[in-house]
Amino acid sequence: MHAESLTLLWPFLIFVTMLFIIGIYCMLATYNLIRALIGIEILIKGVTILLIVVGYITNNVALTQALVITLIVIEAVVVAVAVGVVLGIHTHKNSLDIRNIRNLKG
Amino acid sequence: MQLNIFIMIVLVIASIWTVMTRSLLRAGIGLALVSVILAIVMFRLNSPLAAVFELSVCAGLISVLFVSVISLTQPYSQQEIADRMKSMFTRFKYLPIIVVIVGLVMFFMKFRPDLTLPVPQAEGDVRNILWNFRQIDLIGQVIILLCGVFAVVVLFKEIRKNAR
Amino acid sequence: MYSALVLAPFFCVLLLNMFFRGVMKKLAFGLALLLSLTQIVFAIFPQTYNWAKFTYIFSNFFKFDFVADNISRVLLLCIGIVLSVTVILARGMIKEEERRFNFINLLLIVLAGLNGVVLVKDIFSLYVFLEIAGVGSFILIAFDKDMLAFEGAFKYIALSAVASIMILISIALLLLFSGGTSFSQINVALKYSAYGPLVMVAMGAFLCGIFIKSGLMPFHGWLPDAYSAAPAPVSVLLAGVVTKTVGVYALIRIAISVFGLYQPVQNALMLIGAFSIIFAALAALGQSDFKRMLSFSSISQVGYIILGFGCGTTLGIAGALFHLFNHAIFKSLLFVNAATVESQTGTRDMEKLGGLTARMPVTGLTSVLASLSTAGIPPLAGFWSKLIIIIALWLSGNYIYAVIAVLGSVLTLAYFLSLQRNVFFGKLREGFSSIKEGPLYFTIPAVLLAVITVGVGIAFPYILNTFILPVSNIFGG
Repeated sequence: MHAESLTLLWPFLIFVTMLFIIGIYCMLATYNLIRALIGIEILIKGVTILLIVVGYITNNVALTQALVITLIVIEAVVVAVAVGVVLGIHTHKNSLDIRNIRNLKG
Repeated sequence: MQLNIFIMIVLVIASIWTVMTRSLLRAGIGLALVSVILAIVMFRLNSPLAAVFELSVCAGLISVLFVSVISLTQPYSQQEIADRMKSMFTRFKYLPIIVVIVGLVMFFMKFRPDLTLPVPQAEGDVRNILWNFRQIDLIGQVIILLCGVFAVVVLFKEIRKNAR
Repeated sequence: MYSALVLAPFFCVLLLNMFFRGVMKKLAFGLALLLSLTQIVFAIFPQTYNWAKFTYIFSNFFKFDFVADNISRVLLLCIGIVLSVTVILARGMIKEEERRFNFINLLLIVLAGLNGVVLVKDIFSLYVFLEIAGVGSFILIAFDKDMLAFEGAFKYIALSAVASIMILISIALLLLFSGGTSFSQINVALKYSAYGPLVMVAMGAFLCGIFIKSGLMPFHGWLPDAYSAAPAPVSVLLAGVVTKTVGVYALIRIAISVFGLYQPVQNALMLIGAFSIIFAALAALGQSDFKRMLSFSSISQVGYIILGFGCGTTLGIAGALFHLFNHAIFKSLLFVNAATVESQTGTRDMEKLGGLTARMPVTGLTSVLASLSTAGIPPLAGFWSKLIIIIALWLSGNYIYAVIAVLGSVLTLAYFLSLQRNVFFGKLREGFSSIKEGPLYFTIPAVLLAVITVGVGIAFPYILNTFILPVSNIFGG
């Protein structure tokens, strides 16, 4: 169990890095506010997998599950606030283009 | 072990599809799909409670939030959709290439850490840990849920008035 | 007993919202002011026995593991002072009672979050309270619901989420070495295991996340937009205490208790600090918006704090903490003055303002005092803290960084003199001949903050022995 779980670390790290790249690319290359939020969500899912895998390897699933549960609650509230802000921007400008929010210069 | 790798490959493909799909509504549904696959991964890694939480909150609440905000914001006209499809493909076409290249590079690096794994702090299941050892996190969760209530009250109230 | 500092605001919010909403709306302001003033007194005189009698109920029912040492007490004092100023400003500036009630509730939640950040002993709980303070600030920035505020709030949300992701990556990687997440466990585990590449990645990710949250260059993209677009009391809160607690205090706590101040960490901190000082000061020179210039000045001063802290010696850390306290005071004072000017004249553009001292004497005088204190002119408080930082850098052999710190001081003086000349001195423009001094809820906090700045500066020898040197005895010498 011990040796087998440690060899699981490297493949999972590859996939988690791929998820981070997908999330960051989505945030950078989109012109749409909601797609930026989806990018943030994919990043958070990557971190969730990383936490669970670390818990599985070190045989500490109880602690990492507690951390993941707290993380999911926080993520839900942050997404709710972000969605509220996006709705507010849409009310003002009637479009979700990210190029509209470049008004503050400097 | 092979099944784990296969499920992770499906997860990465699903998330690439979520990011690259043209319609926003499909992106929201893709996010729910990614949450479901993530819950399957968590079940296989001995974390059932976290998987249930992930299913109920992420694949439920957050997907409902996303789909509702996508529906509330105005759809684009046909001409705008055609323009967006063209420009989006040129911007996003590098993504699968980069992901596959990074995956192959890291696969051949063969990093095998010889870690001495630590002893866990307390044995037991999640409910015991959460209630007895992580009370500060529980209070934090309650406070942030209260903050979320105020977010809805402050940010969402006038939107309804405008829509009326 | 320290758990009362986090639980009391939380229970106040519950109390204010559950019964008798009509009466509670009038009571909200008084309750918030009382809580923040109590916190100021508590931070200065924490004789445990008296307070334990009052908070008996809390410590009996809830066995939480909050603890405070000397660094936390400095931050608690800053949080108390800036929050009371914000509450007074909010009472005056927001006229409708319903909105003011929501505002004060959100302020109490941010207070609970900030106190929690300062008092925990566990790296994941630090993250949880960081997020509480962050989510509260997002809502507060977007409180007025105008377009610029939403823009600033969205940029802050996006960058803060990326920073939180990096902090969580670091926590997950550290869990590979340690059995739990509390500071002492991780510290022990890092001491007895080799420093492999995974630990380097964990430390680097954590430092990057914290730099984004503190708004240091080159990770400062959200800061000028969020500070200048937020409503006036929220700008005071953000600039005075949120960025410093969430960013700088978390960095200090983790660097001292978890990672240890090793040489690579020190070099990274000093480099980023010096970079922030110079480039933020240069960027501030070219601004025409009052609050935007003040936000770049904030980045520059936080660079001083990081530079002093990265030096690593006892004197450097003492200077950094003293400068943190001073910055909370004089930056809040400057933002209060900006709020006064904006509410009386209706504009923040410095090219349109001029000669306001003749009509607004209190604002002009306090603004001059705050500007001189920021630039480091004796005998005001800012001079002493900058002097300690420069001496600490010189004594520990970092001559180049000491010269950069002095150069930053000169640049600070330059842009603040141009600010004063453009806004307060010079000829009075025609449209402004009928404006009056700001009302009491602006001038009273301004006068109090100015008195603290001048008082701390003049009474410095006494403060040095009783407050600063004991604070830095974290290392035992």
